[in-house]
Amino acid sequence: MSTPQSAVLLDVHGCCKTYGAPGREPLVVLEDAALTLTDGEIVGLLGRSGSGKSTLLRIISGLIAPTSGEVRFLGDPVLGPVPGMATVFQTFALFPWLTVFENVELGLVALEVPRPEVRKRVQSAIELIGLAGFESAYPKELSGGMRQRVGFARALVTYPKLLLMDEPFSALDVLTAETLRTDFLDLWVEGRMPIKAVLLVTHNIEEAVLMCDRILIFASNPGRIVQEFKVPLPHPRNRLDPTFRSIVDAIYTRMTTRTAGPAGERDGLFPGMGLGMVLPIMSTNLMAGLLETLAAAPYNGRADLPPLAAALQLEADELLPIGETLQLLRFVDLAEGDIVLTDAGRRFVDDGVDERKELFAHHLLSYVPLAAHIRRVLDGRPDHRALFSRFREVLEAHMGTEQAESTLRAVLAWARYAETFTCVAEEGMFELPASVPQDG
Amino acid sequence: MRIANLPVSVVATRLLPTRWDLVVVPLLLVTFVLLGHGARQMAQPLTALDVTPLTLDPAALPGYALRTTLRMLAALVLSIIFTFTYGTLAAKSRRAGALLVPLLDILQSVPILGFLSFTVTFFLGLFPGNVLGAECAAIFAIFTSQAWNMGFSFYQSLRSVPRDLDEATRAFGLSAWQRFWRLEVPFSIPGLVWNTMMSMSGGWFFVVASEAISVGKTTIALPGIGSYVALAIAQHDLAAVGWAILAMLVVILIYDQLLFRPIVAWAEKFRFEQTASGEVAQSWFLTMLRRSDWVNWATAPFRRGFRRAIRKRNVFPRLPAVPQEVSLSTRTVDWIWYGALGLLAIYAAWHVYIFVFAELGWWDLLHGLGLGALTLIRVVILIAVATVIWVPVGVWIGQRPRLAEALQPVAQFLAAFPANLMFPVFVVVIVRYHLSPDIWLSPLMVLGTQWYILFNVIAGTTAFPGDLKEAAASMRLTGWPWWRNVMLPGIFPYYITGAITASGGSWNASIVAEVASWGDTHLTAHGLGAYIAQATDAGDYPRLVLGIAVMSFFVVALNRVLWRPLYAFAERRLRAN
Repeated sequence: MSTPQSAVLLDVHGCCKTYGAPGREPLVVLEDAALTLTDGEIVGLLGRSGSGKSTLLRIISGLIAPTSGEVRFLGDPVLGPVPGMATVFQTFALFPWLTVFENVELGLVALEVPRPEVRKRVQSAIELIGLAGFESAYPKELSGGMRQRVGFARALVTYPKLLLMDEPFSALDVLTAETLRTDFLDLWVEGRMPIKAVLLVTHNIEEAVLMCDRILIFASNPGRIVQEFKVPLPHPRNRLDPTFRSIVDAIYTRMTTRTAGPAGERDGLFPGMGLGMVLPIMSTNLMAGLLETLAAAPYNGRADLPPLAAALQLEADELLPIGETLQLLRFVDLAEGDIVLTDAGRRFVDDGVDERKELFAHHLLSYVPLAAHIRRVLDGRPDHRALFSRFREVLEAHMGTEQAESTLRAVLAWARYAETFTCVAEEGMFELPASVPQDG
Repeated sequence: MRIANLPVSVVATRLLPTRWDLVVVPLLLVTFVLLGHGARQMAQPLTALDVTPLTLDPAALPGYALRTTLRMLAALVLSIIFTFTYGTLAAKSRRAGALLVPLLDILQSVPILGFLSFTVTFFLGLFPGNVLGAECAAIFAIFTSQAWNMGFSFYQSLRSVPRDLDEATRAFGLSAWQRFWRLEVPFSIPGLVWNTMMSMSGGWFFVVASEAISVGKTTIALPGIGSYVALAIAQHDLAAVGWAILAMLVVILIYDQLLFRPIVAWAEKFRFEQTASGEVAQSWFLTMLRRSDWVNWATAPFRRGFRRAIRKRNVFPRLPAVPQEVSLSTRTVDWIWYGALGLLAIYAAWHVYIFVFAELGWWDLLHGLGLGALTLIRVVILIAVATVIWVPVGVWIGQRPRLAEALQPVAQFLAAFPANLMFPVFVVVIVRYHLSPDIWLSPLMVLGTQWYILFNVIAGTTAFPGDLKEAAASMRLTGWPWWRNVMLPGIFPYYITGAITASGGSWNASIVAEVASWGDTHLTAHGLGAYIAQATDAGDYPRLVLGIAVMSFFVVALNRVLWRPLYAFAERRLRAN
């Protein structure tokens, strides 16, 4: 109390979130998350989609309730949205039928502030965030950057102590995002905003290092916090500073290191094991493209992930799933922030179209248990056909309905490329492709 | 919805009328005077109807038109109130939704005209000896032709509110009341406006039937265009029918220009898209209203009041929360609720069974089903014929955007055109050439409803992606391959929507269309519509209930077996994007 610099603002402990009907194996989205936020900090939650970072943010903001665990804000338990916290959304979440002024005013509607006060606060928030002159514009008349400024103004007008930001810059183009980040940091450093602390969800490693004082790294399956990085650099930070670069490298390395979850041995980086593995929808063109890039100069079969991501203009969380899918199929190895082509991967690059498909089919059936299972079932049927929904039901025993559907679609897309099996959409039937010799 | 920054012109010229004021203010004043005059007439004693009987004098038509307009307006207001309450309840409460949504489906399918005989008796009893009872019955009948699809549209909007906006309202702590007016209502407005316009067209069709009410021994003719037409038909007066058509045309035009156009133009801002689009609906009347200082000045208190009301946290007293200890588990409450609903349904079904089969036997049920099958055949054939005619025409029109735009109000008028007005032509021709009423009365059923197919095909063709058209042209696709591979799949989702509306409307129309009369000549076709119409005339309630039940069964069955799979297929496979 006497030292406001270190006053605890937010205290989260033991937060878990699981989905799933009772009786089935629950899907753990977030496991045992704990964090403390004190005055004057910007803390980043960094991880890939599906690692539970957005879930944690929603739990903290009171939008969803944790399955177990507790969130305390200024000492009081959070049981729903509370005054004192405000959220900036990834999609801006502006109301198209309200003007800029009315959108910002919406932040105060619930607080029952007297009218003249409302007008004053809205006006000053608009001016602070650089929107003066746009009060009567509708969101559809604004560019993306200006829209997100409205999102910031709407959050700041409530005089929040804690600002929650859910990937606020990820829907903007690179230049606009950078301008907005810098403007925000300027206001923060100069202390012109009423906020005491910021919690930033992001999948962009450089953004996290640029803005945050502490970064919590999330891992998937189940979503959990695995490590904390401190960024002891003063603002404004220089992206080319060696310390900055080394922190970025260290985070990349951490994010590609396999860690066994508390449940023990894992089959890879995807959730679940064997048939129950949740697979990402990943185009075979992207996979082939990455393999070819890796094989060619200057990488010649081995690349450091941060420069590779920069060269391909991909975010870490876009590049990593491609690498991991290829790793599952044993075409590459991921370790210590590097991606290395395997012998099979090199053969794939050197092969012609038909040989590639054959090799891919072989790896698909060998290393993806679900593909092998479907193929076995189809081979066993006299008419070589089986219902899509049949396999979905099998998968639903292991994962959520949506995940079961997308996992099946992922396998189907790979199998179509490999000409292993296909699916007739109208009938919802898997079947062997016409060209496969049927020995029924 | 301006909040700050009043335009300079308002402050500077507060007392001087602008040229907009000179037009708008008299227009509005006249409207209010007329509305008041019409409303006063509605509450006269019933005997007043006998003192001034209906006349076919065209000079009386404007007055009648006003009364009809008022009834439709009243029904519209009722429909909106119904929409907001019923739709909200169905979407917000899982348990209420389990009952209300299927109920809405049935209500949409039940022949509206069948309601009339029940409601008239009820409302006449409510206001004995006063015109108000009959007025209420007529308004209720129009209401039943409008409310259901509006309610369903609102329900669907509530269920599809974008997730990020939903989270934003919750994160900023808006109360349910504040959410309703800031998020849910605005989001639903575009769909609701469109459905209201459709409802209005549908309402016209039933105005004619609801104003001249005869149930058994009770016959009441309320002054209005509908009873004017009924009288003209009874008296064999072709000129009067012509006048009635003209009056209807004028009223529809006025409605369009003064009510719907402005609303559509105003609703533009609620369209949920983040980019400014090229085409924006315009309305001269709305522009005038917005630019008139006097109107702004006069409505300012109301707008302020509305804004203050929607800023309030809560307008309803909060229900006392159920203490945690006493509250039952969700599952137990579910069991009790669904059990009670089940029992209620069984009880109701038993009651209907007793009521109907006290007088009628299983033979009558079979008879009803047989007649239903006849009407079903008519509906199917007519929709098929309308499809063959209007799909090519619609595609042709749709490829000419300017023509399509010009035809829009015409099509709206045609959709509102009540079948009764065509009775003279059909009856005269059928009698003259000794044709079979079973076949030749049928086209009356699709007279009003076929336009939905045309509307939708035009809309589908207009929305067809230009690059696909160009791709087809560059591959030199023409003739049947072009229809088969390019255009028909492209418009199919739109066509299906139109065909569903047309088919539903045709069932309803069969009640009017299977029994036609012109003066003393009465023609009847065999079918379920005629069965219901005759039961209504005779005041034969058991047969009426049976007829309505059978028709509802046919409509729901047709929806489930034919339309729903086709609609699902269209949505899944053929939607571009």
